[in-house]
Order: sequence, then structure tokens, then C-alpha cells
Amino acid sequence: MPPVPAITDIEALKDRAALARLVSWKAESVNAARFDRGELTLYLDRAALREAATLLRDDPELRFNFLVDITAVDWYPSEPRFEVVYELLSMQRKERVRLKVKLDGADPKLDSLTPVWPAANFFEREVFDLFGIVFEGHPFLRRLMMPENWQGHPLRKDYPVEGYR
Amino acid sequence: MEYETATPVLECGAEDRNMILNMGPQHPSTHGVLRLLLEIDGETVVRMMPDIGYLHTGIEKTFEAKFYQQCVVLTDRMDYLCPMTNNLAYCLAVEKLLGLEIPPRAQWLRVMLNELTRINSHLVWLGTHALDIGAMSVFLYCFREREELLRLFEMVSGQRMMTSYFRIGGISLEPPLGFFERVKKFAAGFPGKVDEYEALLTQNPIWIRRLKGVAHLTAEDALALGATGPTARASGIDWDLRRDQPYSGYENFQFRVPVAQEGDVYARYLVRVQELRESTAIARQALEGMPEGPIKADAPKVVLPDREKMKSQMEALIYHFKIITEGFSVPAGEVYHAVESPRGEMGYYIVSDGTPKPYRVHMRSPSFANLQTLPRICEGRLIADVVAAIGSIDIVLGDIDR
Repeated sequence: MPPVPAITDIEALKDRAALARLVSWKAESVNAARFDRGELTLYLDRAALREAATLLRDDPELRFNFLVDITAVDWYPSEPRFEVVYELLSMQRKERVRLKVKLDGADPKLDSLTPVWPAANFFEREVFDLFGIVFEGHPFLRRLMMPENWQGHPLRKDYPVEGYR
Repeated sequence: MEYETATPVLECGAEDRNMILNMGPQHPSTHGVLRLLLEIDGETVVRMMPDIGYLHTGIEKTFEAKFYQQCVVLTDRMDYLCPMTNNLAYCLAVEKLLGLEIPPRAQWLRVMLNELTRINSHLVWLGTHALDIGAMSVFLYCFREREELLRLFEMVSGQRMMTSYFRIGGISLEPPLGFFERVKKFAAGFPGKVDEYEALLTQNPIWIRRLKGVAHLTAEDALALGATGPTARASGIDWDLRRDQPYSGYENFQFRVPVAQEGDVYARYLVRVQELRESTAIARQALEGMPEGPIKADAPKVVLPDREKMKSQMEALIYHFKIITEGFSVPAGEVYHAVESPRGEMGYYIVSDGTPKPYRVHMRSPSFANLQTLPRICEGRLIADVVAAIGSIDIVLGDIDR
């Protein structure tokens, strides 16, 4: 068992600057929050993602100026199936925050963060390639790791480990 | 800020005078199987598009089919120039999931070996980078010292490159007799060797002309494009995880973080050469302050028992059998843990669903993000500078493609 149980109550986590700022901006943008093992995770509304990311980047108190990573998790067969995960870092505050957006398997689409952080380019292409999640507004959404003519998305859970033979 | 680098080279409707040149994947200076599509106007690079994936082995998918302790072996195979850093990042992430406390001796050993690994990686970088630019002899000097390091790694782990020496909960074995003396001897002699490299390069007029002012990366670009490590620090971003978010006991060590403001290839060279000296200093501190005590955490359900105990105690034998055959379950949850690898921030994002196999593992590899700066620093420059630029961002293709 983890030594400290996770905190999932938004009210109890209001002392976290990133969460407080997002809630004061638009309360409905944050669907849920979780503080576990010293890491803060915010579940964002799909529509609010890009604006929320811009806010976190530009707010002079927060300055989450660095996009560390983008990846995804496939919870097949449960729905909403995909979670897209963003790791942000504030060098000023020496603090990290994780943003998550849940997506249905039938409609795996969300806004690209390339206008906010150009670093998102390769990360989003990788997620598109390996999970089949579409990032709208990405300048060049093509397969990155797999060959152009590859069938399927290998990191999905319904894709066999040994591949299709 | 315009980041036109995202436009595809082949579909940009190139003017007739421009030529598309294919560099790699089989090219000696791309440091692996990196393919670059260059749109060139005479000798000038107009646009560049990196094409990767030639070394993609689906390692993230493989993780999902292995027990947690089996995955340690896979981590070496990504960034093969700094295997111990990979081991450390993965082990720390799993230990965070488990809530394990690591004994100080294991932490100190991990720090020492990580710094030796950093020296090893930087030596390969310096040797090949100089070789690309035409300074052949530096390569031989660097590999002379690297050989001693590989022998040290072989001494502790039995392997020269794919060490897999760290375990979840500690390290696998106590270092053999005579190991610390050899490390001490190496650490005492190495700063003199760095002086030798510097004597060959730092003031060398040819070296300076090939490197100074070439492939310039501004601090804003470095941040926006996700660059970390020496690549970012040479552009004036004073950020080092060892100092700013310490892990594995780094807060107990005194060291300087070299930073340069120029952001060109020469600045990156200077930063890495200074890091060689700093790493030696950290390794020496780890040697001097090496605590006594166990090298594995007290967690019989996670850490394999000693061989002796396993053969003499029933309980230890049962634990051994259970860990080997069914693994150990990890409490559900997710963590991201990052360490400062020789190339920048190397992070492991692990999702556990409470079973003995990870539900999802993702590596944030520094080379992958640093590669995105390459078009930015090469466009508008000469093809000959592309070679210097690739060397200066120090990418490892195994790490990029995974």
C-alpha cells in the first residue's frame, strides 16, 4: 500500500497554485484532481485544454514554461478509453504538474498543443502513431516511429504484443 | 515566434533551384540511424526534416508483457551510452510507486556509478564529435579512458555496456574487492586527461573556427522546443535536476552546474567538458563519503534474498521462488520520475494497475526532445555545419526510437 493515501478532493487541494489558478479561471475546466505520491494530476476538460495550458505557461505566478512530455494510456475495454498525459515543469517554482484529458475510443481527438509549446510536435506525432489519437491543428501529423503504410497502432491494448502475423 | 520546421520538406513546393538531399540513415556523422531530409540551395540548408524510427523496437510495448524486475534489463538497451542512468531512472520510478526506502550505501554507489556513466557517455560524445569535425586523435585519447571505465563497469556488473546493475530496491551485488581503489585511481588521474583533451581542442584555431558561432540556439528556442541537459545549459538555461530536484541523495554532494550563454556548438563543447570535471568530483566525493551498510532495501517481497540465505533459510527460498515465478505486485497508481542523464531529462512515466506487470511505461527520452532543436539550429546554415550541429546536441538513436 502507498504510505499516504491519495487526495482526490478538489477542495482539499486548493492550496496547490496550479489547481487554484485553473479553478478561479474556469471552474468547469477541471473535472477532477488527484494528489498521489507527491505528484499532482489535473483532469481537464477536452475543450479547455489549450487555453488552460496557455494560462499555466503565461501566468507570472506559475510559469509552467516547459513541456516535459506527452504520452497516452489506453484503458481498453473500459470507456473513456484513452488518457492523454501532459507533464509540465515550472523551472521558476521547481514544480511539476500533470494534465490529463480523457477521450472516448470512438472519437479520439483533441487540440494540439504545438501553438503553445513547439516541443509538442514530435510528442504528439508519436502518440498519434502509436495510439491513433488525432491532434487537431498539428502542422504535420504523420507517423513518426512506424512506417507510413503501417496498419494499426501498436501501443493500443487490443494490439497483440507479438504483432499481427 | 515562427516554427516553420514543422512543414514537410518534400511537400513544401520547393523552388526549382532548390535540391532535396537525403542524409542518412547510413551516414557516419549522424551517430546512428538518423535520416535527415535537407532542402538545400547550393551549400545552404533551407529546410530540414529529421526522419526517425529506424531503430524502433517497441520497447514500451515489451515492458507491458514483463515483470517489473525483468524490465530493468530492457532499460539499458535504450540509451546504450548511459545504461546506469536508465537503470536508475526506472528503479527510482518503481521505488516511488512501491514507497521503498533505499539504504544510503546503495544511493551513494548509484550516484558514483551514474557519474562514471556520465563521463563514459561524454567521452564517446567528445571522441565522435571531434572525429566528425576532423580531429582524429582526440577520439583515440577519449577511448583510452573509456576503456578503463568499461573495465570498471565489467568489474561490478560483469558487463561492459549493458550493465543492468541496479535493482528495484537497491543494487544487485556488493562491488568486488579492489574496485574502490581502481575508481579512486581513475578519479585521481582523470582531470589530467581532461587537460589533455582541452590542450588538443579548446584553443585550437581550427576547432574554434568550426565551432564558434555555429548552430546557434537561443534560450527561448531551447525552452520552447523542449531541450534539456547540456544542450539547454549551453544556451543559458540554468537547470539541472541533480541540483534543482535532487534524487538518490544528490543533495548531499557539492558540485557546480556549468552554464554558458553563447548557445553555439563551442558553448556546448565547453559545458560538457566542464561536466567531465564536475562528474569526477562527484564520484570522488561519493567514494570518500561511502557509507557502510546494506545495499538493498529491507523489503523481502520485492528484493531477492542473498544467495546464502536462499540456500539456508526456508522463508528466503519461498520469497525467491515467488519473486522469480510470479513477480511482485505494485500498488496501483502512476508516477513520473526524472533524472539528469548525460543528455538531459530522462523520465519514466509508469502506470500500475496493481499487478506484477506494468500497465504502461513511457520514457521521456532527452535525445528525442533535443532532436527537435536540430532543424531550428541548422536552417539557413551550411551543410558542413549540420555535421557539427548533430554532434553538438549529442543524440543517441536507441534513446530516440526506443
